[in-house]
Amino acid sequence: MLNTGTLKVTTPTDREIVLTRVFDAPAHLVYKAFTDPELLKRWFGPHGWSLTLCEVDLRVGGAWRYVLKGPDGTTMGMGGVYQEIVPGQRTVHTESFDDYPGDSVITTVLTEHDGKTTLTATARYESKEVRDAVVESGMEHGAAETYDRLAELLPTLG
Amino acid sequence: MELPGNEQLDATFAALADPTRRAILKRLASGQASVNELAEPFAMTQPAISKHLQVLERAGLISRGRDAQRRPCRLEAKRLAEANNWLENYRKFWEGSFGRLDNLLEEMKETNNEIGN
Repeated sequence: MLNTGTLKVTTPTDREIVLTRVFDAPAHLVYKAFTDPELLKRWFGPHGWSLTLCEVDLRVGGAWRYVLKGPDGTTMGMGGVYQEIVPGQRTVHTESFDDYPGDSVITTVLTEHDGKTTLTATARYESKEVRDAVVESGMEHGAAETYDRLAELLPTLG
Repeated sequence: MELPGNEQLDATFAALADPTRRAILKRLASGQASVNELAEPFAMTQPAISKHLQVLERAGLISRGRDAQRRPCRLEAKRLAEANNWLENYRKFWEGSFGRLDNLLEEMKETNNEIGN
């Protein structure tokens, strides 16, 4: 039933984006990979981007800061503050990008079942504009408007 | 009426945020339908359905026929495809990261076993 490797993105409200992804590993390892700077550097970032700076002060009120470097040398800084930490299970942190105004609050929940872990990350943006800016930053717009993709989208809307 | 870029996307996502409206879109994906036909499966009054249809029409997700009696509703696939594109970009942003994370987790599991056993 747990579909490892399939990333689901939904927008339950116009200010939220929810990511769901199953990892074939226990929760404590997924948690470690999400919170240990040395490990984050090895995976975090869209294709072609690398994490050149990664600082995590993992405690309530502690700050985190990432700087991503793109294939053309562009850098993108982001950071925030931890608001809630339940080791291995749940974190709540703020997130903002250097180049865009506005904060979002990210709630990350890990649920382990049969050695696999479901990650649910809910990003709540202070405004719809900020949410749109986050998504559009550094990402090209695909042009294909096919019924195939429509067919893909419809089941996820249920 | 055409709204510019982001505003249009906002209207689209606001319209999609409601389960009844999503169900209406699903129904329309299999062909056009009148308000009566749409009201039937939802156990809702016609005015209630009409309100949802207005929101969908304003968001550009459906269009209504000119036939005064029936005014059949049609799905506007282009708008839905735009919303889908937007989500697709977001998905791409994370997919690359998570692919690498899968590999890292495999490595961590092995190391963990060596230490644990």
